[in-house]
Amino acid sequence: MAITERALWTMIHGMVFGALYLLACSGALIELCLHTAPSTPAPITPAQQRFLNIYLIAMAALAWTAVLTGAYLIYPWYRATPPQGTVDLSMFPQRLLLSNPATSGWHAIGMEWKEHVAWFAPISITMVAFVFIRYGRDLANHKHLRTAVLSFATASFLAAGIAGFFGAMINKYAPVQGGPVIQLGPLPSNGDQK
Amino acid sequence: MSASSRVIPPNTPALPNGSGAAAILSAGIGCFSLAFLAILGDKLLALKAPLTFYKPTGPLSGVSTVAILIWLLTWVIFDARWRRKTIALARVSVVAMVLLILGFLLSFPPIADLF
Repeated sequence: MAITERALWTMIHGMVFGALYLLACSGALIELCLHTAPSTPAPITPAQQRFLNIYLIAMAALAWTAVLTGAYLIYPWYRATPPQGTVDLSMFPQRLLLSNPATSGWHAIGMEWKEHVAWFAPISITMVAFVFIRYGRDLANHKHLRTAVLSFATASFLAAGIAGFFGAMINKYAPVQGGPVIQLGPLPSNGDQK
Repeated sequence: MSASSRVIPPNTPALPNGSGAAAILSAGIGCFSLAFLAILGDKLLALKAPLTFYKPTGPLSGVSTVAILIWLLTWVIFDARWRRKTIALARVSVVAMVLLILGFLLSFPPIADLF
């Protein structure tokens, strides 16, 4: 079992940072809704507030890590220009997608949207974390502030969802590959091959 | 003043909303700036090279960096002005939400390509 270095980083970017962020987003939305509702039966305790503060900071860190690894590590491999005369485009995902009308939309719409909309997630969740940490349980007394915070948290979830969906589909049709091969298990001997 | 008149009603905000308003409005501005700059970087050839801060990433590096700087700068400015104030938050929220929705729409390639 082996994986290339680029494929491993793409997996870490999508499956660790991105997917974990999406999972965390759904939890954060529920927690924010419950703990900042004006008519909540039991107001948030200091311990719950501390936990949610750390949870939101971790989410912001995850979102920033996801977009930064995406933009500065994976994206350059994705958009690399092949040398003139290259026939096999498997190492150049963007060109591979554009070479076929059936897959070009994954770049023209998918990647073009993903590469920009993904940044909305960290911007929005950083704001949400800041406002929640600053106002805490007092957020329940600021109706418009609470609505805006929940809207931006939802927008962050949506932006990450769009980026995640297109990232997964693009990687399905034109996977980012290359770099040193990392062996994840013992090398099969000739006798093990079927 | 009697003791009863000093009692704070349970749903009275303890903090002014200015700081929150600054954070919300600047986040909306940041998202909109990113989409707007992406269109500029895509349509104006003269901006493509200046926005390429890191060649392997292309104009996206400049678009995202400048948008983040705009977001943080507006946040610092609004926060300094509004921190101790109570702002008409309904209006600020609407503006921030409109900017966010415009950001989503303008970043969508079929809409961005109309310009």
